[in-house]
Amino acid sequence: MVESIVSYGVGIGCIYALIGITYNVMFSASRVFSFTAGILGMLGGVLGSLFIARLGMPVVVGFALTLAAGALFGVLTEIVAVRPVLKSLEQHLYVLSTLALALMIQQFTAIEWSTEPQPFPRLFAIARGGFDQEFWMPMLACVVVVVGLELLYRYTLVGRAFLAISEDNYAARALGLPERALRTASYALAGMIGVLAGFAGGEMLLAFFANAPMLTFYGFVPVALGGMGNNRGAVVAGLLLGLFQQAANFLVGGIFASVAVFTMFIIVLLARPEGLAGMAAERRV
Amino acid sequence: MMDMSTVRLQSTRAAVFGSASAIGAALPFLLLLIIGATLPLFAGGYWGLIATRACVYWVLVAGLNLVVGFAGQIAIGWVALLTLGAYTTSVLAAGNVMPPFPPYVALVIAAVVGAVFGVIIGLPALRLRTFYFAITTLGFATIVTQVALAWQSVTGGGVGVPGPILPEPFSSPWGFYYFCFALAAICTWMTANVAASRFGRALTAIRDAEVAAEACGIAKPALLVTVFLFSGAVAAVAGGLFAVLQSYITPDAFTFDLSLLFFIAILIGGRGSVLGPLLGTILLTFLPEFAAPLVAWSAFLYAVLLLVIVLVVPGGIAEMLDFRNRRPLESNRAIIPSPDLLPRLLDANANAGALTLEQVAVSFGGVRAIDGLDLAIQPQQVHGLIGPNGSGKTTVLNVISGYYAPLAGVAKLNGVALPAHAQHNRAQLRIARTFQTPRLIGAASVLHNVMIGGTIDGCGSFVESLLSLPRHRRDEAVLHEQAMLALATVGLEQLAPVRVDRLPHSALRFVEIARALMLRPAFLLLDEPAAGLSAEEIRRLGALIVAVARQGAGVLLVEHHADLIFDICDHITVLNLGRILAAGTPTEIRSHREVVNAYLGG
Repeated sequence: MVESIVSYGVGIGCIYALIGITYNVMFSASRVFSFTAGILGMLGGVLGSLFIARLGMPVVVGFALTLAAGALFGVLTEIVAVRPVLKSLEQHLYVLSTLALALMIQQFTAIEWSTEPQPFPRLFAIARGGFDQEFWMPMLACVVVVVGLELLYRYTLVGRAFLAISEDNYAARALGLPERALRTASYALAGMIGVLAGFAGGEMLLAFFANAPMLTFYGFVPVALGGMGNNRGAVVAGLLLGLFQQAANFLVGGIFASVAVFTMFIIVLLARPEGLAGMAAERRV
Repeated sequence: MMDMSTVRLQSTRAAVFGSASAIGAALPFLLLLIIGATLPLFAGGYWGLIATRACVYWVLVAGLNLVVGFAGQIAIGWVALLTLGAYTTSVLAAGNVMPPFPPYVALVIAAVVGAVFGVIIGLPALRLRTFYFAITTLGFATIVTQVALAWQSVTGGGVGVPGPILPEPFSSPWGFYYFCFALAAICTWMTANVAASRFGRALTAIRDAEVAAEACGIAKPALLVTVFLFSGAVAAVAGGLFAVLQSYITPDAFTFDLSLLFFIAILIGGRGSVLGPLLGTILLTFLPEFAAPLVAWSAFLYAVLLLVIVLVVPGGIAEMLDFRNRRPLESNRAIIPSPDLLPRLLDANANAGALTLEQVAVSFGGVRAIDGLDLAIQPQQVHGLIGPNGSGKTTVLNVISGYYAPLAGVAKLNGVALPAHAQHNRAQLRIARTFQTPRLIGAASVLHNVMIGGTIDGCGSFVESLLSLPRHRRDEAVLHEQAMLALATVGLEQLAPVRVDRLPHSALRFVEIARALMLRPAFLLLDEPAAGLSAEEIRRLGALIVAVARQGAGVLLVEHHADLIFDICDHITVLNLGRILAAGTPTEIRSHREVVNAYLGG
């Protein structure tokens, strides 16, 4: 039983962590938390299933198309729901615009795809067993994304420009960085990370429209616990969340797990709104 | 200048104008009341059912409106409270766990449960903002549905439970309609009362100008908890009615689409309005009935509608119906204060103590913003605080008004230390302030904004406002009169009904001063009040400030306009890099060599 708690917990924890990173990448570029993070995760599963299982494409092609669709949807989010409201003084507007877009996609998927969970194809023709691809694929995806982002931010010019924008938007613009293009690029990147989470976790979560709100919430928990914009914090918190949830699931049942996660989330947010690893920002009057 | 009789004349005119517009404002509600009450005469049973549903939804939305539309908290998962209320009522009435309760008793218990959970969901809003709170309510909605599914012994799991049946005369469809309609009407009346009370205005202040709300003595936690109690209770009652209406409930009945409907109804209606969200609720409930093929797409359409509203008409229906604020403003109207009205507005000077800073130091990170500062503001005097940018002037203000805790030293009023990080207690001590960038509620009228300054002077409770009891009405009358007087004092009485975001910048400075005067301040802290004013306006402002001081208040004036400072101050402190460079009378400062070199130039 310990084995299945760990493999399920780590697998789902990696998916939460990836959605958390999706939030973070969008947040760093625009100071916006977008409700579309969970949608991306859901789309990863649905599109993978659509391309590979329903349309019968080869796995590689289906994967590439899914990533491309994710990037496209990321850019769409930026153009439709973020750019128009960034100028506005009213800070709540982005919450509403991204929520609206997220719900549109979710409803569209429910109607045009299915309201029932659909199977996700097995990607590698290997026999099922112990530590199955179902579990290690999200882990692999998570490692690739975390290492990739570190390399990008540290060693490439574009990556440094991303960092500059997230540190100080105005200063970066004053230096002549193409802020808008970088923001759009960040959203495309976030889109790919989001669908990757859903694609890698497809077997676990299935291709199901209702994964969207679930991932939107559970994917935000690592962000809140790990600190906004902190990817390493998100991975640690995501893994802990996955393990805790699965342990509670197996040991005491699902209701308790959800209630416990929710209670923990609220308590941590109330006690340390900046996250367990974050630092409080000075208040400006 | 105006004498007293003209002011009285104008305030009567404003009162007449006010009652006329009150009738105008009540007209749409009356119309809806008449249509609703006579509905069975001209509509068939099916429309009755839809109308009942609209009433049930409105009972919830009316309460949620205070949370979303007034307090500006993005509560998107309110369907959780509907679910909670529906299951509580049904389970208690069916007797699944305990002997069955009569339906009305079950409804009342559901209201209590809903109130408790309203606060539990709401608690995060006390510390968290926008997205965090939205996601918390979303999480709560997810969990309530999961619990309803999994807790089979009580909720019947996926199979569900039968809803309660109300006894005669409310058991028939039309009978039940009238029951719901009456509750909806009561909820409308109650929330409209709150909206027009100091509580409703305080909520809008928390929404749009939180820092200013604190400076006016509005305690956000207490107020929000009260509102969450109310909103949770009515939402749970709506849940009970919903269960009766459905006659059988399963977790599937409470989709997130419903939550969306409630939330969007408010935004379509417009924030800070009661009529708008009411029309929004009716619209969204009836809309799918006129477009039958679109029923499956209704949630999608709501989402599209939300996006369109956010991007195109953020003000919603309420703003579209606000014809009065479309008339062009008189341009170039001079603002002429009437300082002679101050004795009626401010108390005769009863305070003898001084406001002092003793060896106060504040640092941000490694930077010392102020470093061992001594300062004494005497009643009846204007104390000028000048210095180059970054010398710590605004920091001094923020220490006095409690936003910053000093690293060392203490601020004292009359010899008693002022607690740090207790911004909202400053108003109780009659310390009022204005802000460098005016912090006002743009979508509300000038009068509404100024009345917020007197929030702590009301004596009626939230419940008294809810039910429009005599103390509430007395509070409102007094606040209205005081606010008109404060506006006449600063010269803005004619702009009282105008939306603040339509005013020119200079007028905003005077609105802030009027709001501060509502507190009858013993000490008035002004942060660059002359910035952006014309020379003539600065001269009038100077006369007003002097008059406020002569009336007994101690004034701390942070300014860059050297002329104003030297004209009206009794005492001047010059700061440089967080330390006092010089202090003394204007004459002394003017001849102080270092000040002239460092700051005044020449």
